[in-house]
Amino acid sequence: MSTQAPEASEQSVRGSGSRTEYVVRAKDVTKVFKMGNEEVHALKGISLDIKRGEYISIMGPSGSGKSTFFNMIGGLDKPNSGTVFINDVDMAQLDAQELAFLRCHTIGYIFQTFNLIPVMTALENVMLPTVFAGMPAEEGQNRAIELLNMVELGHRLHNKPSQLSGGQQQRVAIARSLANRPSIVLADEPTGNLDEKTGIAIISLLRELNKKENVTIISATHDHKMVDVSDRIVWIRDGRVDKIENRADIEISVGSIGHH
Amino acid sequence: MSANNLAHIAADRGIKKQVALPLSKAVEFAWKSVRIRFARSLITAGGIFLGIAFLASILLDKSVKGADIEPSEAARLNWLVALSLAVCVVGITNSMLMSVSERFREIGTMKCLGALSQFIVKIFMIEAIAMGAIASGFGWAVGTLLMILTKIVIGVPKTAPPGTTWHGSLDIGDLFGLPFGSFWVCVGLGTLLTAIATYIPARQAANIPPAAALRTDV
Repeated sequence: MSTQAPEASEQSVRGSGSRTEYVVRAKDVTKVFKMGNEEVHALKGISLDIKRGEYISIMGPSGSGKSTFFNMIGGLDKPNSGTVFINDVDMAQLDAQELAFLRCHTIGYIFQTFNLIPVMTALENVMLPTVFAGMPAEEGQNRAIELLNMVELGHRLHNKPSQLSGGQQQRVAIARSLANRPSIVLADEPTGNLDEKTGIAIISLLRELNKKENVTIISATHDHKMVDVSDRIVWIRDGRVDKIENRADIEISVGSIGHH
Repeated sequence: MSANNLAHIAADRGIKKQVALPLSKAVEFAWKSVRIRFARSLITAGGIFLGIAFLASILLDKSVKGADIEPSEAARLNWLVALSLAVCVVGITNSMLMSVSERFREIGTMKCLGALSQFIVKIFMIEAIAMGAIASGFGWAVGTLLMILTKIVIGVPKTAPPGTTWHGSLDIGDLFGLPFGSFWVCVGLGTLLTAIATYIPARQAANIPPAAALRTDV
């Protein structure tokens, strides 16, 4: 017992005031799905620490466990064993209301299919997380306008999603993800439904916001354009981390190919 | 004890329980949802509209026939009305279940953005109650009017003088002293049945996991 005491006090010091440099700490995460009589081991013990302000891409073929892992670190699913800490909070200890609070305040979500609420205007969509956070309407509206200006859609505030192009819808979604000033933005295949040029624009917007707002961006992707802007690329294969590449290393290898 | 401690640790780290939104917000969401899916809402409401129109016409018919109605015919009419209302309930449940699966990703997204399950239930129930009340009101008006017209056309009051086959009147009665008794019966029952029919789909909607937002196949 006595050996645990210092550890506990260290944790509570970390928790109050300034936070650790890691926004996500996953340790030995496993997940098993039951498919009829068969057990599918989607994750076979993944550990990954993600630093504050990092831009991370998670890559891997479909069926690799990439999506499952992505859901774990996004507070959307719970592991069978192992631990996931988000902002030093153990996800396993949270009840439904606390999880909703965490999703609302700590994590912003961007989806492949944009997922704007069709009955709401761009402004109302961006305001939505502030509504759930209980922010006064005026403050939420100001925040939403500020964000829509930042993604260069200040002139489309009152358009419905159906009146916007795919790229514009995704920019609204990016603005929405930042509404409550989250620590993490989770982007699930953010360029998957966009053409090449629009995809590049979205990626560079994410990178820019990552720098400017110091928000951690975690992206699950197949898109190799993401590699150029990511600080680290995590390759998942067969439920395990296959390899982790740092951008610095990749730039060197790309550079050397270019010179020869 | 230990769970309590951990909750405190979570609170130390700034994690609180998500606040429930006021009812007015749910009303606002429900209203937007009905407005955008107006055609679909009309079809859903159509079921209860027809059922209540039938109920209203039978209520009036019975009040016109008064004491002259044969017990076996009264029982048959009650049975018919009950059956048609049961069919309505099944129809509304079906329609609402479809609406839930259509909005699968939308509801998942709302959960990702911080919506609580109870908020989703509220949106669906408010939508249903408003729809049920309005459709029942129209159903009552149409059913009553059609029965009055029928009575006039086939001339029941004229051909059957009071005292022979007709003891009642074209009176829509009262309920606990309220005028237009059958109106309140129809709107009350219609709203209640719509709410009952929607409860299971609403629960199902509330149980949609936030991860549903990531699905691309719906």
